[in-house]
Amino acid sequence: MVPVNYYLALAGILFTMGAMGVLIRRNALVVFMSIELMLNAANLTFVTFARMYAANSASVFNGQIFVFFVMTVAAAEVAVGLALIVTIFRSKQSIDIDQINSLKG
Amino acid sequence: MGNISELMFKLVPWIVFLPVIGLLINLTIGSKLGEKGVGAVAATASGLTFVVALLQAYALSTLPEGKFAIAPIVQWIHIGSLAIDWTFRMDTLSVTMMLVVSGVGTLIHIYAIGYMHEDVRFKNDVGRYRRFFVFLNLFIAMMMILVSANSYMMLFVGWEGVGLCSFLLIGFWYEMDTLGRPSFANSNAAKKAFIVNRIGDFGFLMAAFMMFWKFGSTDFKEVFAAVGTAEPWVILWITMFLLVGVAGKSAQIPLYVWLPDAMAGPTPVSALIHAATMVTAGVYLITRSAPIYMLSHDAQNIVAMVGAVTAVFAASIAVGQYDIKKVLAYSTISQLGFMVAAVGMGAFGAGMFHLITHAFFKALLFLSAGSVILGMERGHHHLAHGHQEHAEHEAEVFDPGDMRNMGGLRKRMPVTFWLYMAGTVALAGIPPFAGFWSKDEILADAFREFPLVYWLLTIAAFLTAFYMGRQIWMVFFGEPRHAVAEHAEESPLIMTAPLMVLAALSVLGGLLNLPGVETLTHWLQQTVDIVPGEFNPGVALISTGLALLAILLSWWLYLRKPLATGQPDPLKGMLGPVFAGMEHKWFVDEAYQVVFVNPYNGLSNFLAQTIDMDFWHDWLHNSVIAKGFVGLTRFLADPVDLGLVDKVSKLLADAVQASAISLRKLQNGFVRSYALAVMLGVVVIIGYLILK
Repeated sequence: MVPVNYYLALAGILFTMGAMGVLIRRNALVVFMSIELMLNAANLTFVTFARMYAANSASVFNGQIFVFFVMTVAAAEVAVGLALIVTIFRSKQSIDIDQINSLKG
Repeated sequence: MGNISELMFKLVPWIVFLPVIGLLINLTIGSKLGEKGVGAVAATASGLTFVVALLQAYALSTLPEGKFAIAPIVQWIHIGSLAIDWTFRMDTLSVTMMLVVSGVGTLIHIYAIGYMHEDVRFKNDVGRYRRFFVFLNLFIAMMMILVSANSYMMLFVGWEGVGLCSFLLIGFWYEMDTLGRPSFANSNAAKKAFIVNRIGDFGFLMAAFMMFWKFGSTDFKEVFAAVGTAEPWVILWITMFLLVGVAGKSAQIPLYVWLPDAMAGPTPVSALIHAATMVTAGVYLITRSAPIYMLSHDAQNIVAMVGAVTAVFAASIAVGQYDIKKVLAYSTISQLGFMVAAVGMGAFGAGMFHLITHAFFKALLFLSAGSVILGMERGHHHLAHGHQEHAEHEAEVFDPGDMRNMGGLRKRMPVTFWLYMAGTVALAGIPPFAGFWSKDEILADAFREFPLVYWLLTIAAFLTAFYMGRQIWMVFFGEPRHAVAEHAEESPLIMTAPLMVLAALSVLGGLLNLPGVETLTHWLQQTVDIVPGEFNPGVALISTGLALLAILLSWWLYLRKPLATGQPDPLKGMLGPVFAGMEHKWFVDEAYQVVFVNPYNGLSNFLAQTIDMDFWHDWLHNSVIAKGFVGLTRFLADPVDLGLVDKVSKLLADAVQASAISLRKLQNGFVRSYALAVMLGVVVIIGYLILK
C-alpha cells in the first residue's frame, strides 16, 4: 500500500503549483484552472486523512463526504466564474487580469 | 318684652347690609334709575339703617340697667388661641354712635341729592352722581362696622373702611383742584389723607398686637378683663399706640395736617366724614377703651394735653383762613381737640355729648357752607351767561369758597343765613344752644381736675367764637365784595330741608344732657364708667362772657367798618407776624415737608436710583450677572469649543483622512497582488501556528 506521506507530498506539490499559477499567470482561465488545482490538492488531503484515521474515527466517510461538497461548490464556482469571464471578455476584449483593475482605490 | 327685644337685636346686621344693598343697587342698575332714583335709593338705605338703629336703641332700653347684647354673625379668624368673629355689640355707647352716624348720615344723603345735582353740572361730569352715592353708602356701612364692633380687630376693619371711603371721596374730583382747574391737587389731598391715616393705623395695629400678645385676645370683654392685672408699661404702650391711631383718624397734633386738605372733597363729604362722623371715631375709640385709659394717669394726662393743645392750635389757624370750608375744617380739628381732651380727662360723658352736638352743628355749618358755595357758583354762572360780551370773565378763575369774595349774602340767601346762624351760635357756645351745654360740661370737668387744660380750652373757646363771628360778618353782612356775591342765589328746598332738621337739633341738642337731668350720661353710664359732671356757674359765666366778647371783638374788627374789596384783613396790621403765622397754618405743612417728606423722598430716591437702579440693576444685574454670563459663554464658545473641541475632532478627522489616503494605495486593482497578500497572510498565520 502506498504510504500516506506520498499522497500528502503530491497534494502539497499540486497546491504549490496552483498557488504559483494564481500568482504568476495573467490569463484568467489559467488562474481558474490553478484554483481548481488548489481545490483538488485539498480534496486529496481530505481523502488521505480520511483513510488514515478511518480505524479510530466514528464516521469512516467524513473526509470523502467533504470532498463531494468541495467538488459541488467548485463546480458552482466555475459556473459563476466562467460567466464573469465571458462577460468581462465581451466588454474588454481580453481576459488578462492585469487589465481588469478599474476597482483600484 | 324680652322676646321683642330679642327679635330686634336679630335685626342688627342690617345696619351694615342695608347700605351695602343700597350701594349694590346703585352700582348695578343705578344708570337706569336716573339721578332722582339713585339719590332716593341711597337715602332710603341710609334712612332704613337709622330706623334699625332706633329699634336697637328701643330694644336696649327694655333691657335691665347695665346689660348689653351681642350678636355673633359669622366666624372670621380662628388660629390657635386667637378667635376673631364678626360679632355685633349693642350697648348704649355703640347704639348712640349708630344713631348719630345713620341719623346725620341720612340728612346729609338727602342734602347731597340736591347738592351733587348741581355740583356734577358745574364740574361737567354728570356720570359721577351715581358714584358719589355708592361711596356714601359704603361709608355708612363701614362706619357701622366700626361703631358696632365687639373686638378691636373688627373695629379696625371699619376703621380702615372709612379711611378708604375718605380717600375715595376726598379725591372724588381727582383730576382737578378745588376750583375745577386740571391739577393733581385733589388727588394729592386724598393721598395725603390716606398716608397720614396709615401712620395712625400703624399705631392702632401695634396696640391690637400688644393686646393679643399680652392678653391673647382682642375682644373688648376679654381685654378689659385682663388689663386689671397687666403691668403698667403694657397699659402705657397700648394707650399710647391707640393715641397714635386716634391722632391720625381724629386729626390731632401731630397728624392733623390731612384734615384741612380733605376739604377738597365735595361739601357733603366734608360734613359727613370730615366733621360729623368719621373723625370722631378716635373719640369713640378712647371712650370704648375707657377701662384701659382709666388705669394710667400718665396716658390720660397725655391724651388730655394733646387734645387741649390741638384745640388751641387749630383754633388759632382758623382765625387766619379765608376759605369758608378751611375755617370750618380747622374749627373741626379744634372741636375734636375738645372731645379728645374731655375723654382724656376721663369725662367720657362730656366727650360723647360734645361729639353728638358737634355732629349736629358742624354738619349744619358745613352743609350751609356748601349751600353758600353753590349759591356763589350759581351767581357766577348767572353772571357769566348774563353778560356774553364779557366772555373773558369765564376764563378768569373764581373761587366761590373765598370769604373775601362774599359779603352781604344775608339778603341774597336768607334761609341759608339763618341756618348758618343757628350753627354758629351753637358752635360759639352761646346759651342755650347745643354747643354751650356740651362745651361747658367739658370746661367744668377740666376746671375741676386739669387747670392747664381748662385754660387752654378756654382760650380755644374764645378763639372759636371769634373766628365764627369773623366768618359770619365776612360772609353774610356788609356789602358784596364781588359781583358774583351780588348775584348769589338761594338753594332749593331739598338742600335746606335737612339743614332745618339739623338746625333744630343744634338749637335743642342741649336737651340731651342738661345739667341735673343728665339723660345721656345716665344712658352711657350703663356701658362706660362715667363720673357725672357738675354744672359750674362760674365756668359757664366765664365762657359765655368770653364768647360774647369775642363776637363783639370780631364785630368791631370786621363789621364796624365792613371790609372793602381787596382790603387786607384788619388783623394783619394789628398782629403782624402772628397773623402771618395763622394765615400760613404756622408753616406746619412746610415744616413737615422739610423734616419728613423731603428726607423720605430723598431716601426713596436713594433707594430707587442708587440701590435699585445703580447698584442692583446696573451693577449687579447688568455688570456682574449679565456680563459675567456673556463672558462665560464667550469663554466656552471661543477657547473651549472652537479652540479645544473643534481642534480635537478636526485632528481625528485629519488622521482618518490621512490614513485613508495612504491605505487606498493598497487597493491597486490587481487581483494577483491581493492573492499574494492573502497567501503571505496565510503563510504568516501558519508559520506562527507552527512556530508557537
